[in-house]
Amino acid sequence: MGQALALPRTVELPGGGSLPRVGSVDAVALEARAAELAKRSIKRDSKIFALELAIRMMDLTTLEGADTPGKVRAMCAKAMVPDPSEPSVPHVAAVCVYPSLVPTARRALRGSAVKVASVATAFPSGQAPLDVKLADVRAAVEAGADEIDMVIDRGAFLSGQIGRVYEEVVAVKDACGDAHLKVILETGELGSYDAVRKASLVAIAGGADFIKTSTGKVTPAATLPVTLCMLEVIRDVHDETGLVIGMKPAGGIRTAKQSVQYLCLLHETLGPDWMTPDLFRFGASSLLNDVLLQLRKQRTGIYRSPDEMTLD
Amino acid sequence: MGAVEKKRSTLAATGAWEYAPAPESRDIVSFEERYGLFIGGEEVSPRSRTWFPTISPATEEPLAEVAQAGPKDVALAVDAAREGFEAWSAWKPSERAKVLFRIARILQERARELAVAESLDGGKPIKESRDVDLPLAAAHFFYYAGWADKLEYAFPGRRPRPLGVAAQIVPWNFPLLMLAWKIAPALACGNTVVLKPAETTPLTALLFADVCRQAQVPPGVVNIVTGDGSTGAHLVRAEGIDKVAFTGSTEVGKAIQRELAGRDIALTLELGGKAANIVFDDCALDQAVEGIVNGIYFNQGHVCCAGSRLLVQESIHDQLVRKLKRRMATLRVGDPLDKNTDIGAINSKAQLDRITELVEAGTEEGAEIYQPPCRLPEKGWWFAPTVFTGVAQSHRIAREEIFGPVLSVLTFRTPDEAVEKANNTMYGLSAGVWTEKGSRILWMADRLRAGVVWGNTFNRFDPASPFGGYKESGFGREGGRHGLEAYLRFA
Amino acid sequence: MSARLPVRKTYKLFIGGAFPRSESGRTLDLEGHNVARASRKDVRDAVVAARKGFAAWSSATAYNRGQVLYRLAETMETRRAALAAVCSGRREVARAIDRVVWYAGWADKLSQVLGGANPVAGPYFNFTLPEPTGVVAVVAPDEPALDGLVARVVPALVGGNAVVVVASEAHPLAAIELAEAVATSDVPGGVVNVLTGLRSELAPVLAAHMDVNAIDVTGADGDVAALEVLAAENVKRVVRAREDRSPWEVGAFMELKTVWHPIGR
Repeated sequence: MGQALALPRTVELPGGGSLPRVGSVDAVALEARAAELAKRSIKRDSKIFALELAIRMMDLTTLEGADTPGKVRAMCAKAMVPDPSEPSVPHVAAVCVYPSLVPTARRALRGSAVKVASVATAFPSGQAPLDVKLADVRAAVEAGADEIDMVIDRGAFLSGQIGRVYEEVVAVKDACGDAHLKVILETGELGSYDAVRKASLVAIAGGADFIKTSTGKVTPAATLPVTLCMLEVIRDVHDETGLVIGMKPAGGIRTAKQSVQYLCLLHETLGPDWMTPDLFRFGASSLLNDVLLQLRKQRTGIYRSPDEMTLD
Repeated sequence: MGAVEKKRSTLAATGAWEYAPAPESRDIVSFEERYGLFIGGEEVSPRSRTWFPTISPATEEPLAEVAQAGPKDVALAVDAAREGFEAWSAWKPSERAKVLFRIARILQERARELAVAESLDGGKPIKESRDVDLPLAAAHFFYYAGWADKLEYAFPGRRPRPLGVAAQIVPWNFPLLMLAWKIAPALACGNTVVLKPAETTPLTALLFADVCRQAQVPPGVVNIVTGDGSTGAHLVRAEGIDKVAFTGSTEVGKAIQRELAGRDIALTLELGGKAANIVFDDCALDQAVEGIVNGIYFNQGHVCCAGSRLLVQESIHDQLVRKLKRRMATLRVGDPLDKNTDIGAINSKAQLDRITELVEAGTEEGAEIYQPPCRLPEKGWWFAPTVFTGVAQSHRIAREEIFGPVLSVLTFRTPDEAVEKANNTMYGLSAGVWTEKGSRILWMADRLRAGVVWGNTFNRFDPASPFGGYKESGFGREGGRHGLEAYLRFA
Repeated sequence: MSARLPVRKTYKLFIGGAFPRSESGRTLDLEGHNVARASRKDVRDAVVAARKGFAAWSSATAYNRGQVLYRLAETMETRRAALAAVCSGRREVARAIDRVVWYAGWADKLSQVLGGANPVAGPYFNFTLPEPTGVVAVVAPDEPALDGLVARVVPALVGGNAVVVVASEAHPLAAIELAEAVATSDVPGGVVNVLTGLRSELAPVLAAHMDVNAIDVTGADGDVAALEVLAAENVKRVVRAREDRSPWEVGAFMELKTVWHPIGR
């Protein structure tokens, strides 16, 4: 029998349903299934559909110590109009920045539908006292962030303090107010797919709107198998409770080809209902240009040069 | 909890995403209009002066004409193999090894061409012929090439010698791969062969004859005789053969065994199966579903070791079946040459009729059928992936080999009961066990009367891994060090 | 008109898949060429490269190693003439190539001969598997210049080890020609490293090196005892050729791991 998730007894699970059993994940079979899905050959119209959707699902990201208002403004311009020579190309879903740059992003994006996502909770390490992490969240929300990307406390998780991980998610969700919450698991530090599954369930129980793979600061970041693992958790949660949770792979997704592979994974695991920026995002930066190049190649039939796209 | 209600609002979907056709080009392979037999290193016209068409099961179009070898043709092939044996057995083993290494390399180089040919002639998806059949076929030649000059290490204390001329009959489900399973060890052990491919899938064997030409295989070492079942019968009755190796139905296997009685000819048989895929409640659930799907829908279920009986622990039956049905709905049935096709065509009209008959029996006997909605092409022979629940051990669909994409689901309560039900069959080729508990996998493996036990996986093949059955699934092993035994005598 | 001047080869070391000069900048006049004279630091670099190459090579499938070694035979076959010029001739080159083919065919068979399931008295599944020991130092025999080296290096490679070769002082060119065949095959960088120079300067450094797991002393003649004393510092496996060719020549460079697991409901 699979073990029940050990949550504090005060937890009321949504809708009175029970979370799925934690169980285990066979790594070999999971990786083989992800590899099979990655082999799908997506061509012509279905490729254009995928590439345009990938753009609409993108959280264009800059999270560097060296970020300045100038850098963020340039990225926001790109976010709103990714390809100035091609008006049919849609805008991205959001930009993702540090809390201190949220005001700059808000101003730069005024009047557009592009959202502002902010990392918070002592991103990327999460190694700070809880009150500091919550103040970080509140500051970002007050500055106008639409979305908060938090990190779980991996130290607590890996030392077995699951209740503490859960309580932090609950507290952050509360501090988010109306902002929607993505919970970063930092899958590259968790050590096994079993742990990823468990962390996903804890995050969802705590109130996550989205579960997210990585900060992008640790390798490995997003991979197809770990994404598949998390999508399967979302499927199980939906089956058991009706909850609809989103997913965001982040870090290491650089090519258009990869983005299409991720969409195949999503499409064949959760189905068409999840094929929307409301439920799936790519955390990426250089991916956008490769997708734009591939779109242009699809339209013209000619291989492109990276020089053709703007670097913002 | 307000946040929860918000989450339950209706989903805004962007609409279904249809994959555009992604066909592998046919241009890479060109078939002759008509093929002769490959005997003594040459293409020869059949003495029978008879040919018949080989047809693409996906479109019903004829691809080429192949020869119907009669008794005289078979006799000539056996003579050529005997002559070839005199020379081949005198070669230095390390030089025989090099010929086999060459074949392996050429199969790798021409892999795409051969994969397309295989999918056209037999109906299996290009994804499988490209990613499974061809790499494994090349790997078998590679593996056995390495044994050719090392036989004394495989049998310490014994002196291995070739048998002579091996008569080999292979089926239509993995035509080129089964050819590799037969020819590679036979040649590595110093024998020569007369191989008869299945009636409906002769083309990759005939292309293999060309590979032999490119590899400079000496004349008579490999001989290919095409034809229907009667050609196989002539071959088994032929004088001058030292060995018969057969893969096919249990019924024909028994007939061959009877035919060879009293003739002191070595025999190995790889026959049918009705494998149990056993799923415990502590399995890795989503991966088990993948394993079940792979076990019965891979290659349209045309697999002797297919996991055609799902034995699921009763406590997780409903949840598992729900997941399984949902997964079946994402299987893509269609053009074998489309790179996104998961399930191809049924190999022949005859096979389609057999599957249909048994499926009808299933519903008549009271099992509950489910087939996901499937758009099947107009021409060609197709069957949607099918699962029966509420199946009893006594139902025909639980006892007889269907050899199609049809799964029968039964339940069990305890490990002992699972073993009992799994072993309750005249077959004994393979079994699968799904549980995260290692000791239980080993305990089950210990008790299952099957030649291959897959733990937390299914349909895994490797040239280094011996494969073969218990009971009426046949005897003898192919693959691994043990696979050499079938082709040797010990002085 | 003057005759065409040939472009002469520069004989350098082979470390991490590349051909660097010795960090010491020294050369030796051997076999009519300026051959790199490797230093202690080159040994250090070679062992680092070997350790890295070992990780990739040992985690490849046995089938893959077999194919890669077969490809090495292919690249050697193409270089028959160049190899023959630096050893005793075509016959030796043919023997060396055939030896590589022979050992390549062992890669995916070793555990079937060297390992197996063990029938212990109790409800346990017990099996023994051979695993590569790691980084192997090889002191190359002087004769045969090419086949002698191949006979020691390839058994170490086929099991998944990485090697650092101290080339023969009498015949260093054969080792570098072999390295060129390795470099153009699919053998990953660092799996084979060749150091030319003075054996007396190089062999003891390798014998004492704490990150080298085994040392083959077949070619060491005369210096063996001193090397064995140094090797004892980290309990290196000291290996000598016992047979001309055998899977147990491969086994000498392998560890054996035995695994137990209960069998129960």
